Amino acid sequence: MAGGLKEVRNRIVSIQSTRQITQAMKMVAAAKLRRAQDAITRMRPYAQKLQEILSNVSASLDASEGVYSVEREVKKVLLVAITSNRGLCGGFNNNVIKECRRLANDTYAGKEVHILSLGKKANDAFRRTPWNKAKGFGDTPFQIFDNLTFEATSKVAQTLMDQFVAEDYDKVVLVYNQFKNAAVQVVQAEQMLPVVSQSESESTANNEYIFEPSRAEIVERIIPNSLKIQLFKALLDSNASEQGARMTAMHKATDNASDLLRDLKLSYNKARQAAITNEILEIVGGAEALNG
Amino acid sequence: MKVEILSPEKSLFVGEADYVYLPGADGSLGILNNHAPMITTLKAGVVKIRVEKGSEQEFQVNGGTVEVLNNKVTILAE
Repeated sequence: MAGGLKEVRNRIVSIQSTRQITQAMKMVAAAKLRRAQDAITRMRPYAQKLQEILSNVSASLDASEGVYSVEREVKKVLLVAITSNRGLCGGFNNNVIKECRRLANDTYAGKEVHILSLGKKANDAFRRTPWNKAKGFGDTPFQIFDNLTFEATSKVAQTLMDQFVAEDYDKVVLVYNQFKNAAVQVVQAEQMLPVVSQSESESTANNEYIFEPSRAEIVERIIPNSLKIQLFKALLDSNASEQGARMTAMHKATDNASDLLRDLKLSYNKARQAAITNEILEIVGGAEALNG
Repeated sequence: MKVEILSPEKSLFVGEADYVYLPGADGSLGILNNHAPMITTLKAGVVKIRVEKGSEQEFQVNGGTVEVLNNKVTILAE
């Protein structure tokens, strides 16, 4: 123990700097989380209004007839794996990747499964697997988080819809972390296509609207839009979840570093005292030998 | 009447206006005060809003959906 004085001091220094880094990352994640939550809040009125209009328009209309709601026998499934670009956020990315593997191996066993990776981590995980066959999304669809806009999302969503209509896929499922609060993220496997018809809540405001063009045509135009919103919401949710997960993970890492530091400082001081005691003993021993 | 222009990323305009010009999918249309309830879709074009003082504001849209209800115009822009 006594011999390790210098080693212990070195470890203390390195843990101190690690703690500084994790603490800084926690702060950054907290700031980014706020921004990500703001983005969700800003999107909400739009999504609500769209839903409202949709339910108003399709109140008496059979919404399950559009091209995006056709239920075919499921042979080809596309999983959209939504992860982050960076790690150091606990189980955040792994949970999505695990869920995708489970869906591909169990739920959709025997079907042709393709995976579209959004986010670098999913791409790293699935790039070399036989599932990585999704085409038509440009060269690097996984880089969507570099600059997350509705426009970019809308392009991906449009491609998904086109491929569904062209019967390239019979089912499209989004796998992402749903944002509950800063500390809790829940992995969701949400069906995007065919459209799940929501249990229509009877629109309270039963107004006599003028529809222009016809109801059916309006529904046909609104549904793609609401699908784009669904994907956008999943991406925003994932983004906020990522920051929340990173904040929690870094908080734990900082606490852990503090614990380690306390233990190390204790053993450092013990070692230091033992060294001093030894030195005194030697001096006393030497003096006694002279006197003797 | 109240006018609200929302995009998925933010709200672009909230306020009073006395005239709104819309690039409707089946031809452009203008909306004045106390218009009957209506739902319609837009094609790409310019939405013009005449604010009550007489000044006009323009917004470029890539399509969208419009609801008019109780003297309130909600434009969901893309």
